[in-house]
Amino acid sequence: MLCQICGKNPASVHFTEIHDNKMSEIHVCERCAEEKGLHATSKKQQFDIADLLVKMVDDSTGTEEERVGHVQCPRCGLLYSGFKETGRLGCADCYTAFQFQLRPLLRRIHGDTRHRGKRPVGEGDGATRFRQIQRLHDELQRVVEREEFERAAVLRDEIRQLEDETRTGGEGKP
Amino acid sequence: MSGPDRPPADFDELVARPARWLSAEGPHADLVLSSRIRLARNLRSVPFTHRAHEEQLQGVLMSVSGAAQRGPGFAGSLLLRMAELSPLDRQVLVERHLVSHELGDGARPRGIVVSPEERLSLMINEEDHLRLQAIAPGFQLTDAWASADAADDDLDQSLDFAFSEEIGYLTACPTNAGTGLRASVLIHLPALVLLDEISRVLKSITHVGLNVRGLYGEHSDVMGNLFQISNQTTLGRSERDSIEILERVTRQIIETEEQARERMMRDARVQIEDKVWRAYGTLRHCRTIHSREVINLCSAVRLGAALQLPGLCPLHVINELLVLTQPAHLQRAYGGELSPAERNVYRAQLVRERLVAAEPGRSA
Repeated sequence: MLCQICGKNPASVHFTEIHDNKMSEIHVCERCAEEKGLHATSKKQQFDIADLLVKMVDDSTGTEEERVGHVQCPRCGLLYSGFKETGRLGCADCYTAFQFQLRPLLRRIHGDTRHRGKRPVGEGDGATRFRQIQRLHDELQRVVEREEFERAAVLRDEIRQLEDETRTGGEGKP
Repeated sequence: MSGPDRPPADFDELVARPARWLSAEGPHADLVLSSRIRLARNLRSVPFTHRAHEEQLQGVLMSVSGAAQRGPGFAGSLLLRMAELSPLDRQVLVERHLVSHELGDGARPRGIVVSPEERLSLMINEEDHLRLQAIAPGFQLTDAWASADAADDDLDQSLDFAFSEEIGYLTACPTNAGTGLRASVLIHLPALVLLDEISRVLKSITHVGLNVRGLYGEHSDVMGNLFQISNQTTLGRSERDSIEILERVTRQIIETEEQARERMMRDARVQIEDKVWRAYGTLRHCRTIHSREVINLCSAVRLGAALQLPGLCPLHVINELLVLTQPAHLQRAYGGELSPAERNVYRAQLVRERLVAAEPGRSA
């Protein structure tokens, strides 16, 4: 396997992440690892994944035209080639405009392309319920740490009930 | 100096007090200096900061600071506009971990809203329109998350955040898209460094998808055996799951460091005590000193204080020195600009005074 930065040398430093039994990896060669400070023993111990981004973008899939960067965001006018230069998108709509290029990139960065976290208030009852469940989970964790098990049992029941409502209501996130 | 309960009236009052995250309170404060949660958000209607016009950014600054000051989390908070602060004062905020280097340049309409005791802060028009930060002393990620989550909900009442069902919160850099979460702990690991076991630990941290940085974040070197450990990915996992992973790994690191300290004290107590007291002696009597040397010597004294060697100053004094001896804090305390050589002399004086005041038997 070749280094994902230089594409020339064999990759010998590997970053692995496992989530939902799916594994995603970043593979780089010794030299690029050294340059990017990927070695724990090197002087610069920080690894900034954003630094890798610009290089990784080039490997994204897409048609020849897409790869040259002619795709443009209709709202802010940013060309995909502009994103490739800076690693920064122009506006929220760029995510839609460049979705076919961004999806493989997001997968390579995060090992996933799907949001599983909180969402803004007022995105329907399901969202409210989802946030309530999150809060109860947080409280549950705190009471368990304090060994208040009776309160923990009550909270667990409340969470179950809300999760059932989410399933039957069909609107909320699982 | 004002009382600790009253919110700071202005920048001078804010910087006159030590930030709460340096207080060495909270669980495992002997190892973990602070726990931090950062959430990145953008307004749907405005291009991301680097593509927005000056007027649009002024609008963001107005609406976001207004929304923040209406919510309970930011009650009694202070709004600081970067353009109105001197470069030195902006650097003071960077040293206090309140703003990033990027926000610290003051070039565009940027600002920060900071709550009393600096528990919550909001950077406006940094790489993203909003960067909300909750910071707590010791190992208290869940508490920091609860504060950040609640403040985010409050902001959300009056602001329309850029959000997509599939990708989540949309950010200028795709590395933050999704939760926009960066959860981190600042941890002191002198025994693992001394026993040469740190490489193995850091390697295992990166293997589980976490990131390691120095005291001052991105691009900063590791100094004083202080490491910032944070999550690296923001898609595919809920905030709580990301925080739980960081908590679990941090707990393991704490255990490993504690075992290393025990072994060290068992096998080489005299050598360790000697190292600690020599470091203390240098700090207590130096006449000129570089900030890097202060940080490195503070690491040894901090280890001694954590091991409860009798006669050393309390942990919070050491924590505070880490920030107070940085160049901008130092020059602000002095009341004017100092050349690097003058800084080293004034720094030595400040360190000596602080340590004398904290010596057992004296009231600080």
